[in-house]
Amino acid sequence: MNRTAPPPLAEALLPVFGIASILLAWQFLLPLAGVPAYIVPTPTAIATVFQRQWPLLMSNLTPTVIEALAGFVIGNTAAVLMAIAFVHSRLLQAAYFPVVLFFNTIPILALSPVIILIFGLGMTPKIVIAAVICFFPTLVNMIRGLDSASANEHELFRVLSSSKWEVFWRLRFPRALPMLFSSLRIASATAVIGAIVGEWIGSDKGLGALIIQATFNYQSDRLYAAIVLSSSLSIAIFAIVVLLEKRLIRY
Amino acid sequence: MQIAIEAQALDAGYRSGDRTVKVLSGLDLTVEAGALLTILGPSGCGKSTFLRVVADLLDSLGGQISVLGEAPSAVRSRRDVGFVFQDSTLLPWRSVRDNVRLPLIVGQASLTRRIEDRTDELLDMMGLSDLGGRFPHQLSGGQRQRVAIARALLGEPRLLLMDEPFGALDEITRDRLNDELLNLWRRTGATILFVTHSIAEAVYLGERVLVLAANPGRLLLERDLRPIKQEGNRCRREDPEIVAAMAAMRAALEIAS
Repeated sequence: MNRTAPPPLAEALLPVFGIASILLAWQFLLPLAGVPAYIVPTPTAIATVFQRQWPLLMSNLTPTVIEALAGFVIGNTAAVLMAIAFVHSRLLQAAYFPVVLFFNTIPILALSPVIILIFGLGMTPKIVIAAVICFFPTLVNMIRGLDSASANEHELFRVLSSSKWEVFWRLRFPRALPMLFSSLRIASATAVIGAIVGEWIGSDKGLGALIIQATFNYQSDRLYAAIVLSSSLSIAIFAIVVLLEKRLIRY
Repeated sequence: MQIAIEAQALDAGYRSGDRTVKVLSGLDLTVEAGALLTILGPSGCGKSTFLRVVADLLDSLGGQISVLGEAPSAVRSRRDVGFVFQDSTLLPWRSVRDNVRLPLIVGQASLTRRIEDRTDELLDMMGLSDLGGRFPHQLSGGQRQRVAIARALLGEPRLLLMDEPFGALDEITRDRLNDELLNLWRRTGATILFVTHSIAEAVYLGERVLVLAANPGRLLLERDLRPIKQEGNRCRREDPEIVAAMAAMRAALEIAS
């Protein structure tokens, strides 16, 4: 098989071609194959929903954006702070890391009703669910990142008589940044999942609620539009993370 | 004669839990100020361990050690010691210039003397003037070690400790850096302890060579090379006396192993 890289222009155009070919097949071949529109609507039908029901979609997108972003920020911040506490106190880590580990083994779908029981039906429980789902991968990655400086690097800072504070800000933290960002990339998708799961269980607003309503009403074009929006939201958060990463990590 | 380092019956090694692993045993050594001493030996002979005791990165397990007439910790907090590692230990997120400047950024609180910003001068001296804005991953191995040496020299240390700094470089680059190091030593007058596992490098660089044996690490042979070298520790690698000195050291190491 020929594995040589395509020329630059083709490299830019090939993904466009790939997506276009799938959309065209979806638009024309699926109806020909007899798949009914209430199960899989055509791309144009989904596009029509965006055109006709824009206000409805936006009013449901807004709460999900707020919940996912707030959950993303709170969950990751808490994880970073706990990682910092853990690497500076092995006692703390030995005592509480197993607890966190146990907590992480509870499926988020099982935990969500509990969170909704505690926080009620507003936006707060969805933010908490999104935060919880972001928390663990970032905690683990951040601990590993903060511990990833080599023995020689620590010795270099000791020869220079650096304070613990300087070792943290000038060595451990910059060393941890690449690993932090790899978990933030993951969290950009999981935060949206957390918000939507929360909305499934107890909400009449948001993309999660819209997905549930559209499913039960066989409004599959609206369902697919909600899915496109959820995915776009994840991509938008992902893009922000990547932009930030490019600015902060230049090597 | 001023003494830079004096060790008497020095034991050194690591403590892990209750266990003590002695790597270096009963070392007696005197190093004059301004000397260029090379320490040669196989893996596990304690040559790096000795440098770490001098730099106050490791406590000794027994015996006496004084550095510039004081305890190693006093010398370290005065920043009178520079350390160059085998891997350049450059911070990848800092540019070449910012790596060289690191000693100005950290450790100021405990510093008991003022350090001048000689970044430009050192970049120039190490032939790095055009590379100041680059990042470590954009440099060759030899350039990275030059940056590491410039960083170690920033505080004008009276003692420069080098732990196999050219060990990972190709021979041509290593030979060139050896000559640059000799020039640097002549210009700065610093005392240099240079650890290597290359017999040729040890003999070419050192005014004196210390040969250590392993298991346990101990002094095997000490050779003053000044009588067979010219003024300013100059020699040619192919001088018959230099070649003979290398052969003698190789023989001593073979008998010991």
